[in-house]
Amino acid sequence: MKARITITLKPGVLDPQGRAIQNALGGLGFAGVAGARQGKLIELDLADGTSEADIDAMCRQLLANTVIENYRIEIL
Amino acid sequence: MKSAVIVFPGSNCDRDLAVAIETITGTAPVMVWHRDAVLPDGLDLIALPGGFSYGDYLRSGAMSARSPVMQAVIAAAGQGRAVLGVCNGFQVLTEAGLLPGALMRNAGLDFICRDVSLTIENAHTMFTARYAAGSTIRMPVAHHDGNYVADAATLDRLEGEGQVVFRYAESVNGSARNIAGIINDTGNVLGLMPHPERLIEPAQGGTDGRAMFEALHAALG
Repeated sequence: MKARITITLKPGVLDPQGRAIQNALGGLGFAGVAGARQGKLIELDLADGTSEADIDAMCRQLLANTVIENYRIEIL
Repeated sequence: MKSAVIVFPGSNCDRDLAVAIETITGTAPVMVWHRDAVLPDGLDLIALPGGFSYGDYLRSGAMSARSPVMQAVIAAAGQGRAVLGVCNGFQVLTEAGLLPGALMRNAGLDFICRDVSLTIENAHTMFTARYAAGSTIRMPVAHHDGNYVADAATLDRLEGEGQVVFRYAESVNGSARNIAGIINDTGNVLGLMPHPERLIEPAQGGTDGRAMFEALHAALG
C-alpha cells in the first residue's frame, strides 16, 4: 500500500520561501498572486495493512514538526 | 568537569567545541558518536556542535534528533545535566523537544556568515554567569536556518521567565523578538545560534566566547 503525506506550514507561520516564490511570480509578470506557501510531499511505500494510527505516529514523530507544521494523510 | 561532544554525520564544529572546552577547563571532552545509545558515566556537560548533520535533510536537526544517542541526552537532561547546543546543536535540541519553538529558514533566505552583536538578557544561568547582564558582546553566526519561531504564548512565557538568554542587538535572520538563544525552564539546557567556541583565543579575532565555558567550568567544577 502507499500513503501520501502532505506537510504544510501552519497558518500564521511566516514562510520566507513562499514569499520569495510569490515575488518571483510577480517578477515574471503574473499579476494577482496574493500569496504562496511552500510545503512538502512525502510518498511512503508501506506493508499492506499498516494502520492509519501507525502512519499518524510516523508523521508526529518524524515527518512533520508539529510546532510549525500541519500534515494530511492520504491512503492511495 | 567531565564533558562529552556529540558527533553527528555532518557535524563540522565538533572539534572547535572540543578545543574550546579543553582550553578553558583543562580537560578534553569525550567525543561520542551519534549511534552510541549510552553516554559515558558521570558527565557534567553534554555539548551538541554546529554543522549540517544529515545534510539538513527533512528539516535542520530533524534526523539527528532521532539518533540513538539523543534518547540518552534527553534522559540526562531530565536528570539535570547541563546540555549546550550551538547552531545545528540548537536546531537538534528544538527538534528533540528539549527546547520549545523551531528554527526556520532565514527571513532573507541568505546563508548568513558574519559577526553579530548580542545582548546578554539573562546572566543568572550556569552558562552566562560570567557575562554582565545587559552587556553587548560580539559573536559570529553561520547559518541558513536561524529564524526562531514559536507561538505568541510561548514567546511571552520565555520572556517572562527569563528564558531568552541571548538577543540579537539588531535584526539578523527574522527571529521572533530577535531571539538568538534560549534556555529551558529548569535552567540546564541552552541553545544558541551564534558560535561561542569560535572566540576563545585572540588569534580568532576576539575572546567573547570564553566567558560561557568559564561559567560552565565554575558551575560544574
